[in-house]
Amino acid sequence: MPPDNADIMINITAMHKWFGAFHVLKDINLEVAERERIVICGPSGSGKSTLIRCINRLEVHQRGTIVVDGTALSGNLKNVEQIRSEVGIVFQHFNLFPHLTVLENCTLAPIWVRKTPKKEAEALARDYLERVQIPEQADKFPGQLSGGQQQRVAIARSLCMQPKVMLFDEPTSALDPEMIKEVLDVMIELAESGMTMLVVSHEMGFANRVADRVIFMDGGEIIEQNPPEEFFNNPQNERTKLFLSQILSH
Amino acid sequence: MTGPVTTPRSYPPGQYPNLPPPRGTTGLSGWLRANLFSSTANTILTLVFTGLLVEFLMAAVDWFFLGSVIDARSRVECRQTGSGACWAVIAIRVEQFTYGFYPLAERWRPNFAFVLLFVALAPVLFDRTPYRRQMMIFSLAYPFIAAWLIHGGLGLKIVDTHLYGGFLLTLIVGVTGIVASLPLGIGLALGRQSRLLSIRLICICFIEFMRGVPLIALLFVASTMLNYFLPPGTSFNLLVRVLIMVTLFASAYVAEVLRGGLQAIPLGQIEAADALGLSYWKTTWLITLPQALKISIPGIVNTFIALYKDTTLVVIIGLLDPLGIGRAVLADAKWTGLSTEIYLFCALFFFVSCFAMSRYSLWLEKRLNTNYLSE
Repeated sequence: MPPDNADIMINITAMHKWFGAFHVLKDINLEVAERERIVICGPSGSGKSTLIRCINRLEVHQRGTIVVDGTALSGNLKNVEQIRSEVGIVFQHFNLFPHLTVLENCTLAPIWVRKTPKKEAEALARDYLERVQIPEQADKFPGQLSGGQQQRVAIARSLCMQPKVMLFDEPTSALDPEMIKEVLDVMIELAESGMTMLVVSHEMGFANRVADRVIFMDGGEIIEQNPPEEFFNNPQNERTKLFLSQILSH
Repeated sequence: MTGPVTTPRSYPPGQYPNLPPPRGTTGLSGWLRANLFSSTANTILTLVFTGLLVEFLMAAVDWFFLGSVIDARSRVECRQTGSGACWAVIAIRVEQFTYGFYPLAERWRPNFAFVLLFVALAPVLFDRTPYRRQMMIFSLAYPFIAAWLIHGGLGLKIVDTHLYGGFLLTLIVGVTGIVASLPLGIGLALGRQSRLLSIRLICICFIEFMRGVPLIALLFVASTMLNYFLPPGTSFNLLVRVLIMVTLFASAYVAEVLRGGLQAIPLGQIEAADALGLSYWKTTWLITLPQALKISIPGIVNTFIALYKDTTLVVIIGLLDPLGIGRAVLADAKWTGLSTEIYLFCALFFFVSCFAMSRYSLWLEKRLNTNYLSE
């Protein structure tokens, strides 16, 4: 339920997806307004990662429509590349390119996709590395960094394409507890700067602090969506209550 | 029980200093103890092996150097003056071993091409070569320059390919095979993973055929049967045919080694590249291929070393590689019976080349290793 009269950034209507015979996403309807921050949670296998991966076509949906910033996702490669260059994604396992330095990881796409001159791309990359607070690691290789640092590089790499939307696929799930905070801090800063964000995460503190809306998914369906206070304090659906009691009980 | 055990000196929690390791566990004595004298069995093995090594080395030094003869006209003369190796045969025939029957007056040409080979290889092999970009242009032109120098034409006297022999021939076949089979192998490996069924089928058939047939059979095909398939009257140089066959043969192996490397790359790498908007070709060129090549270095170099040694098979179809020359020399009545010296000499040449390749691959693996934690 995005605020009225806001620009719609992502519009998903009646979207279905199957993995083989397995119906993984069922009748998904979701509107995301510009600058809106959404946290998606749910038990594993509920389709939450698949949902955000459909938005930049890392997964192909089979029925329904997905429109990102006015461009409809289809088999048309031009549209796909257009959308991908506007939608950044941060993965659970970082997926940095291990054979390139941190700086090269960040400048690769601007140089080869956006055709930005190398000098300019490097300046931009250094700006973003500064913003995720690791400017001093620019010339190291990903394998030389800690998990938290790698994830922050991954965020900077996505930001270097100056996306309109950022997707986060369980960005802190592969991190040691002491590194989760440094990544969340960067994400909070990003959220406060007005980025449109869809975050698959179980970091309920983060959801509470920055989300405009929390979505609960189970069995491939959106079960419930509400602003965080409402979502956490007054869950409606039985499955939501059960899920919240499981993750908040300790 | 009489209360807690007390240590002579205790530290407040968190203040315990880093102590030096126990004596004899580090440095030379630690290494010796760990590697040579770690147990009774190891100590006995070390002593026995050292004894055998000394015995063998003394005999070898005697045969190779002390008792060997370099200056003689024939095997008989050798045996009169020394008890060891008769290196005279090598000393007298060394030029034949090197050039085959390449005309004496023109030998500066292959020599020059050989020197230029290193200039051309430097920027390709070493990424810190000064002026690498400019030198790469020379590297690209080198195959043509070398072909012109060695074969002739355009002002140089043409030297027919049947005169090439010895190490020169090995280098021509080996280097051409290695340099040409790498890009071809990359193409085949990518083709084998293509989404287009026809391309995939062509690559699979080619690779499986080449790997399923012995190189000798292919060389025979090159030397005899190719004539049946070509229109009558076309003469196609035998050496060129051999080069093509060796290259195709090696490229199938390179492709398979590289396929292993490509499959070892996590799907997440390709997803990340996709998500950044990189196209298939950019992803291949910038992300998958560099990583796959790096993983495949040991296997690819292994293939190249095998190819390099397999060049000796050309002797079967009548080309005079070093072993062919060796056989010819042995047929000379003056030198019969010196097969040990001759084959050891050839072995030394192959060993030096292959060992260099092996060391280079180790160096390159280290150079490309980005997965260490720096200080």
